[in-house]
Amino acid sequence: MASIVNKCYSNHSKLNGYLKKKPIHKDFYIEESYEKMPFSTSIMATLGFYFLIFIGLINHLIFTPKVATEKKRKGYPPLYDTFDNIFLRYVFRRVKDCFNSVVSSVPSAKIEIRTRITEDNNWSFKLLDTKSTFLNLGSYNYLGFAQSDGPIADDTINIIKKYGWAIGSPRQELGTNHLHFELEKLTAEFLGVDDAIVFGMGFATNALNLPAIINSNCLVLSDEYNHSSVISGIKLSGATSLVYKHNDILDLEELVRQNIVSGHPKTKKPWEKIFIITEGIFSMEGSIVNLPDIIAIKKKYKVYLYIDEAHSIGALGSNGRGVLDYYNCCPKDVDLLMGTFTKSFGSGGGYIAGSKDLIDYLKANSYASCYASTMAPSVTQTVITSMSMIMGKKYGGEGRKRINQLASNVKYFRQKLKALGCIVYGNKDSPVIPMLVYSIAKVGSTVREFYKFNIATVGVGFPATPLIESRIRFCMSAALTKEQLDEVLEATEKIVNKFGLRYSKKPISNEEIVYETPY
Amino acid sequence: MYSPINLLFSQIQFNHIYVEGSILLVLLWILLRKAATTANPEKPVRYYLFDLRYSTKAICDSFFKLDIEKKIQSWTPKPLVDTSSPIRLPMENYFIESKASDRVVINGQTCINFATHNYYNFFDNKSIENRVIEAVNKYGVGSCGPRGFYGTFDIHIELEEKIANFMGMEEAVIYSYGFSTVTSAIQAYVKPKDIVFVDEEANFAIQKGLQSSKADVIYFKHNCPEDLEQLILEIDKKSPMKRKKRRSFLIVEGIYMNTGNICNLPKFIDIRIRHKIRIFIDESISFGILGKKGRGITEHFNIPTYEVDLIIGSLETALSSVGGFCVGSTFVVEHQRLSGLGYCFSASLPPLLSAAAIKALEHIDKYPEMLATLRERSISLHRRICLSKLIEHFTLGSDETSPLKHLYLSDESLSHSEQQSILKHIVDYCIPKGFAITTAAYLYKNEYKLPKPSIRLLASINITDENIDSLIHVLLQAVDVIPTKAVQ
Ligand SMILES: Cc1ncc(COP(=O)(O)O)c(C=O)c1O
Repeated sequence: MASIVNKCYSNHSKLNGYLKKKPIHKDFYIEESYEKMPFSTSIMATLGFYFLIFIGLINHLIFTPKVATEKKRKGYPPLYDTFDNIFLRYVFRRVKDCFNSVVSSVPSAKIEIRTRITEDNNWSFKLLDTKSTFLNLGSYNYLGFAQSDGPIADDTINIIKKYGWAIGSPRQELGTNHLHFELEKLTAEFLGVDDAIVFGMGFATNALNLPAIINSNCLVLSDEYNHSSVISGIKLSGATSLVYKHNDILDLEELVRQNIVSGHPKTKKPWEKIFIITEGIFSMEGSIVNLPDIIAIKKKYKVYLYIDEAHSIGALGSNGRGVLDYYNCCPKDVDLLMGTFTKSFGSGGGYIAGSKDLIDYLKANSYASCYASTMAPSVTQTVITSMSMIMGKKYGGEGRKRINQLASNVKYFRQKLKALGCIVYGNKDSPVIPMLVYSIAKVGSTVREFYKFNIATVGVGFPATPLIESRIRFCMSAALTKEQLDEVLEATEKIVNKFGLRYSKKPISNEEIVYETPY
Repeated sequence: MYSPINLLFSQIQFNHIYVEGSILLVLLWILLRKAATTANPEKPVRYYLFDLRYSTKAICDSFFKLDIEKKIQSWTPKPLVDTSSPIRLPMENYFIESKASDRVVINGQTCINFATHNYYNFFDNKSIENRVIEAVNKYGVGSCGPRGFYGTFDIHIELEEKIANFMGMEEAVIYSYGFSTVTSAIQAYVKPKDIVFVDEEANFAIQKGLQSSKADVIYFKHNCPEDLEQLILEIDKKSPMKRKKRRSFLIVEGIYMNTGNICNLPKFIDIRIRHKIRIFIDESISFGILGKKGRGITEHFNIPTYEVDLIIGSLETALSSVGGFCVGSTFVVEHQRLSGLGYCFSASLPPLLSAAAIKALEHIDKYPEMLATLRERSISLHRRICLSKLIEHFTLGSDETSPLKHLYLSDESLSHSEQQSILKHIVDYCIPKGFAITTAAYLYKNEYKLPKPSIRLLASINITDENIDSLIHVLLQAVDVIPTKAVQ
């Protein structure tokens, strides 16, 4: 499959010469589905939202709740804007019980959740001591490394005893130990690049490194669904930024061309540097970046490419090396590879990998390496062990087994969901599996219904998604077995029937869906 | 209905439409282009394929035979990073090979630790270590999700409740990184139209939080309430009504990271009340250190906590873990659970680090005499340096009771880079002799006010007077070898 893709992009007609036509989605060789929602659904979802806001306004005028008042600040300008308040109090509060559930165990295939009760319609919750066990399709535990036993936990505990659980110093002061070096070398080797640098938090890796590389004479072209941390980083850098349509190569190329020609809008000088910033797997859409085409654009126009592989690293590609592995692209074709250790590696922190020059520069100029505390030794060791497992350096075939298990799970679950007649977004190989329910009211009821079947899923709605494209998101994990998936699918079928979630108008194929045994 | 339209069409002469239409298009293009450039000078013009502006531009481009292709091909970007002047970092050759507790092994040499935040030596505390290991056994190694999506563990809630109770305030939220706590908290409240008064020596995280908020930022002189008042009066004089409608904030630090001074809070609170300004205090250093029971700067000055709108703290300093927190009234703090970027969009703190912070906080709560010891040690460090010969070469910034001290070179005629280089040599001299000290790291070109280069000394409860004296002794040896004065 990879070789076909490569052939596809190198003689892609779209990239030869000036563009005349808008892309047609059918042409996309990447198997990605974004089925349009039925018209009636979109009307209902929109109306539903405004109805909630309207009820909220009335509620707000007649029964102003007592909870939300500021004490001792009379005569000050209000701290918050009113619309936010209405949304949070009257729309979000209705589904508040579906979020922030309190976990009391390892977030692996099964997860224990503490019971919460509310006596005032979700204004406040009381935590009880009782808990129940759920099947976990909510955590970003793609490779199942969130464990409290086995080699990872053992190694971590040893390091806690030896080096402590933290170092109270940034990297540029006295905050480096050999574990950091080991991890940086290992990351570079894993990704096939020269060097890497690691930080204590994934969010900060984006937010505090982008401004070190990008300045106000640069242009940033950013995918419309980029993560908040990327946007924070761009904002801090002071660069001009433009948003291109999600994964839309033609729009992107168009923007690159226009802006090379027009230069900086104020000074009219040519841009110093132009960056394309995108993600590997998009966490709300489940789509995979169209990397080969973006690399072709990057090469053609000499722009720089930054890829945030937070969700794809470990979870994609036959060796778990993320999107580059998936498309068989050369790692040197991407200038900055960023990723986090919170997801597939089951730990914390993030990395940036690339050329030696880049990393040396970041060591000296990154905000995070100068001011923020270093990665904790315990966390560093966790990542080292899980990465060595993925690379097959330790514990034999365990890492590969997990990668294959994840891939089979994803294929099976996605096909089955589609066969149920649901609209499922994203790439067929993406472990993030969003199932559309559209209206915000249905998010709440669906998640609650899943709870009744003891299944933990994530509901997402506005503002994380467009207003009327609320969805349920399943995060696949290598820790789940086929039997467990079947259990989830059985429950899903019942819920889909109950709430009428069969939105898809596509014909359902009669082919039998088989689970490819991973080993 | 149909026929009149048909009639109309049949009578129109199409060549007329072409000619007049194209003139109209050109006119429109000129107008629109003007409008686009004047109305929005910040944003580059963005053309769509179906956009009128775009098509007219395309027509004109071909009309004037602008050679776009050539321009595109001739554009060459600058290199990704500037490699012309490689920076040598002062501390890049030192690696820790042990716990970062009161004795730390650096490159094989055991040193007395004056360099890392290790005030209470919690890394050697077995009961905390056991609690951390217990957490690994119960919760595994990571949290695998942001707070909203199965990343809230009961151990996080426990820590939040403990912090809120400890501070005697209503609610606390925790973040997984100290730096992002400060920036996210500021961004959650401060919006572009607001006005913010902030100390000129405020730490980098505050500066960056304010920069992302795009608010009007006004810097006042370091720890100088009079200057602040002056600035407020000036603004009020310029537009007396305006500030009443604009939210204003005052941001100070409990103990200033960059100077070691203790904030003159009573006066600032007084100004805050008189001018109706909300105050945020960054207690990253002072939490767990100032005050009789470690409740920070408010306890130190006996100021009721309701006078403060938000306290931002760090778990990385006194509590020897990783992460940060915000504490205040529910009305204020709750907002961050949906608007704090680093809170919503990042995986939560690994449970084991949360456990470490809980146990450390319990310790501080249980043994307040530790706080007194630390204060006494800090004063001793301060006085012993000030009474020694070192003072011929250095000035010691910082408050006497603060465990964080800055040692500056006293010769004012030295250039910035000379100071940096001398301090680096001093550090290089001391570490092999068994004293872990570090220069304070800054990105000088990004700071609002260029901080004076310094060696940052951090006290801890286990340093003895002998340790301090031998540090002074070695520093004196160092300045014998390394000239600290400009050659006249
Ligand atoms: C694309 C992307 N980048 C960065 C992050 C932040 O990573 P972390 O959770 O390690 O802070 C996330 C996490 O949600 C993400 O999805």
